[in-house]
This record gives sequence, structure tokens and C-alpha cells, in this order.
Amino acid sequence: MSLQMSSSAVQATSRPLVELEDFSLWRQNRSVLDGLSFTLPKGQNLALVGESGAGKSTIGLALMGLLQSQGVKMAGRARFDGQDLVSLNARAWNGLRGRRLGMIFQDAGAALDPCFTIGHHLAFPLRRLLGLSSRQATERALALLESVGINDAKARLKAYPHELSGGMQQRVMIGIALACEPDLLIADEPTSALDVTIQAQIVRLIQDRVRMQGASCIFVLHDLALASQACERIVVLYAGQVMEAGLAEVVLGRSRHPYTQALKSCVIELDTAALEPPPGAAPSLDRMPSGCRFAPRCPRASERCTAEKPPLQGTEAHQIACWHPG
Amino acid sequence: MLLFVGRKLAQTIFILLMVSIVSFTLLKLAPGDPVQMALGSEYSQEAYASLTHEMGLDQSLVVQYGHWLWGFITGDWGRSYVGRTPIFQYAFVEALPVTLTLAASALFLAILIGVPLGVLSAARQDTILDAGTAALSLTGTAFPSFYLGILLIWIFGVHFGLFPTMGFVAPWQDFLDGVYHMTLPALTLSTYFMAMIVRLVRANLIEALQQPYVAAARARGESERRVIWLHGMRNVLMPLVTVLGLQLGALLQGAVLTETVFSLPGVGQMITNAVLNREYLVVQAGVMMTGCLFIFVNLLVDLAYPWLDPRLKPR
Repeated sequence: MSLQMSSSAVQATSRPLVELEDFSLWRQNRSVLDGLSFTLPKGQNLALVGESGAGKSTIGLALMGLLQSQGVKMAGRARFDGQDLVSLNARAWNGLRGRRLGMIFQDAGAALDPCFTIGHHLAFPLRRLLGLSSRQATERALALLESVGINDAKARLKAYPHELSGGMQQRVMIGIALACEPDLLIADEPTSALDVTIQAQIVRLIQDRVRMQGASCIFVLHDLALASQACERIVVLYAGQVMEAGLAEVVLGRSRHPYTQALKSCVIELDTAALEPPPGAAPSLDRMPSGCRFAPRCPRASERCTAEKPPLQGTEAHQIACWHPG
Repeated sequence: MLLFVGRKLAQTIFILLMVSIVSFTLLKLAPGDPVQMALGSEYSQEAYASLTHEMGLDQSLVVQYGHWLWGFITGDWGRSYVGRTPIFQYAFVEALPVTLTLAASALFLAILIGVPLGVLSAARQDTILDAGTAALSLTGTAFPSFYLGILLIWIFGVHFGLFPTMGFVAPWQDFLDGVYHMTLPALTLSTYFMAMIVRLVRANLIEALQQPYVAAARARGESERRVIWLHGMRNVLMPLVTVLGLQLGALLQGAVLTETVFSLPGVGQMITNAVLNREYLVVQAGVMMTGCLFIFVNLLVDLAYPWLDPRLKPR
């Protein structure tokens, strides 16, 4: 009996926080995500990288349950802490969002309602979700704002979003998203609307806060250097397919997929942190190649690549979907 | 903030002066001689001269305008040529409250029914419900209100005998009877605005619901109802109030027809009768009242902007 209990306890702690298995998504009968698989262990961070249109943000929105109402169809498995997300109903989603799932958006200025003060934004999670009294909520709100590096928090509570700078707005967003101490934070390009000088600061802030609360974070990023800095794991996406995935230092240090290699070479050639696409353009959603979606732009592509989709193979530490890994 | 209010007030006073000049000119351009009209067909040269002097018509236009404007502000609006009754009493004390009651009731009905219908069709976009509401609101806009008024009178007044078909009872004297008498006229006048509100709310709410702050509100775990009514409608308020303010002119125009159909002794009927009887002073009083009302309401809309959208708050 006691043996059984301890083994189930071990199972619970080793159960991954997020688990995608052959997860696909269609929007108006066009395949947006095709057979994604990756896992995120508890307490770790994961970065989704790739060009725009690769489906990175779509994964984030799907994990928040924010696409279900938009005529989106899903297949395969997506689990959050053991709970199946694909079949979850609206009420159950509402129970997860805010409490166990938090999200930070690309443009914090647009993601804060212009008609409401910062204090009003914070009041919802603190008063409605956590059920704090108005005095407790104010205290917590002040502590939260201070924890995300906002000075003069008392005055900021009464400020409207447009009265803050872009960096401040993003700090506020982080504070709101973490108010109920969620298990998973999804940061959808949290720095792309910000000045280069504060991008690293914001990513570090998210990293610190997430670690302090014992949570995990999925970063959607353009920037390979930032991704490897902030995350234990990296998933490289192209046109809705996983190209290469695994531990950050392995994927970037010993990348074997031609797409990842092309991404890395862009960074080195230009000597910037920006992620430039390899020659050619990503395929449009209504004209997806049937095999490997990267094949039309790949220097190593053979007939097999255009005919047959390569499976994602390898170990937890390093997985590649390619017929001709380098 | 004080500077903002002061500037808006100054603007309003300037516009009011322009309206008063146009209004005054209307009287001067009107055919016919007021002195002659007042004296009738037979009069002596002295009587004509003395009355001209008495009415101030021998003075320069600027002085006449000044006198007239001062009179208007102090409630001395002259006397009607026919009845010799004070126009202020007739137009402002008796007719205006009727029209205001009609317009306010119609607006109240239009908002009460139009806003929920607009929200519903935005939330259930592209369903049968949405299409039905769209068809209904298009019919509402296309239908001339006087025809609807006659239809309502025939059905509810004559055929079923449920509602009175004419007359006005002041709701502040007998509330229930007032509402009873106001139901059909208010319904008639409100259809156009109801339809407009439905389409306005629908379009603006659909746009608002696509904004990132709505996705962010959902991501915080806010319920769909809260997302729509709080974040959605709060951001629709600004275009809604703006259009309602600008459409007040159309509302007052519609009131003229509605008052005629339902025999309500309001400003619309007053102006109609005055035009038919060439009572230019009364027409002028009506123009000034509706003009001032329109400008005053739009001043309120302007002053409400910083509250409707905090981004417009003056520093």
C-alpha cells in the first residue's frame, strides 16, 4: 500500500507540465500546426523559435484556450499537468485561465484596456479569483508591482495604461499574469515591442519571477540568443512543424537540422540578435508541401523530402525531423 | 481640465452667437412687414410710425440684434402676431417639455432595446439571430416613422384599443397616464434610432472584441459576459455617445412628424403651425430652441470625452 502511494507520488512529480503529442490544428480547414510533439517538465522554461508564421504564437494561444471560439479544429493530444486540453469545455478553461495559466502579450500597450486603470486590471485576479478583501488586494497589488520593478507603485495603481512607458506596461502585464501564481506562463514575444536596451531586462525579470514562484514559462521568441539564455529547452518550428527540439545547448550547439543551422548562420553573419530567414519564403497556409515543409528551401532536399514527412526522432535531449541530418 | 472646460464653453458660446445671427437674419429676410401685420389692414401713418418706433424697427440692425438677443436671453421672446400671447410661455414653458419628453422617451426605448440587440448580434455573429436582427434593423431604418405611427395607431389604437392615439399627459403630473400616452409616439420615433444603435453597437463591439486587450482579459480568466459588457461595451461607449449626440438633430426632426401624427402639442407642431400661419417670431423661437438644445447636448458629449476615453484627458 505504502509502496503504491510513493510510486504514485513519484509519478505526480515527474509528470511533465505540458505535453504535446502529435498535436495538429486547422483554421478554416487549413493546417496551421502539423503533428507537434514536445514536453515541458515542471520548473523548466521552453522557447519556441522560428520565423514569423511558423505557428509559435498559435501554440501559445491554443494552450490558453483562446482559439476555440474561432472555428479552429484540433487533433492529437495536448496535456497540461495531466489534464487533456483538446476536449476541455469553456467552463473548465475559465477555471484554468488566470489561476493556473498566465499569458503575457507581444504589445503590452494594446493588451491593457485603455479605459481602465492599472489598479482595476489587477483587481480582477486578486479580488475575483483569489477572493481578497479590497485592503488585502491593494496591499498585494502594491507588492506585485514592486516585485516586477515598478517604482512609486501607489501612484501607478491609479494610472491609465497610456500614462506608462512600454517597458512599464510590460512589467505591469507580467505582474497581472503572475498575480494568482500560475503554474505556466506563456510569454508571446514579450519583448518585440520594446527598445533593444530593455529587452534583456524584461526577459530576465520574467525568468526571475517564474523561478521564484516555482512555475514554468513557454517563451515565444524571435531571438536565438535570448532563447538559449532564458530556457532549458528549445523547439525550432517551421511552417507549423517541429524541425528540431531538445536541450537549449544541444539544439543550438550541435544543431543537425539544416533549418536550425540556417537560422544560426543568419545570426552569425549579421552579427545581430535578430533572426533572419534563410533564402526563400515560408509557404502560405493554403499551399503547404506534403512532405517536409522546409524542403522547397532546403539545400539538402531530396525527392524523399518532398514526398514523405520525416518523423521527429531522437532522445529527450535532442530530436530532429529530417531525412538528411547534418 | 479647467482650461479644457473653459475652451469648450467659449467655443459653445461662439457657436450659439452664430446660430442667433442666422436666426435673427431669418426674421429680417422673412417676407411681410411685422408692423403692417400687427396693425391690420387699416391704420394711420402716425400709428405706423409710432409702432415702428415702439418695436425698435427704426434703429440700426446691430442695435436691433442686440435688443433681440438680450430679450431672448431674459425670456422676452415677443408676442405672437395673431394671439398676442407671449411666445416664451407658449414655446418654452408649454411646447418644449412635450418635445423633450417625447425625445427622451424615444431615446430611452432605443437604447433599452437597441443596445442588448446589438450586443447579442455581435456576440452571436453570423448566426440566424444576427441575420434576423440585421434585417429588422434595416427595416426600422428604411420605414418612414410617420407611416409606422399611422400603422401603430391603426393596430393598437383603433383595432385593439389598447393605447390612446393622441394627446399629451405630463408624466411629472400623472406618471402612469403620461407613460400610457407616450408609448405609441415614443415607439414610433424610436425605431430609426433603435436600428441605428443596433448596427452601431454591433459593428463597434465586433471591432473591440478583436482587440488584444480583450484576448488579454480572457487570458486573465475573465468570463465571456464580463469581457463583452465590461471591456467590450466600455470601449463602444465613446462612438455610441458621439453618434447619439450628432443624431439629436434627426431625433428632433423626427419629433416634428411624430407630434403631427399623434397630435402632441410640442415644438414640432408649434413650428409646423407657425410656418403655415407665417408666425416668423414663433418659427424663430423654435429654431433657437432646437439649435441651442443641439449645441448644448453636443457640449455635454464633448465634456464627457475625457471620461469616455481616458487617453483624451487633458494634462
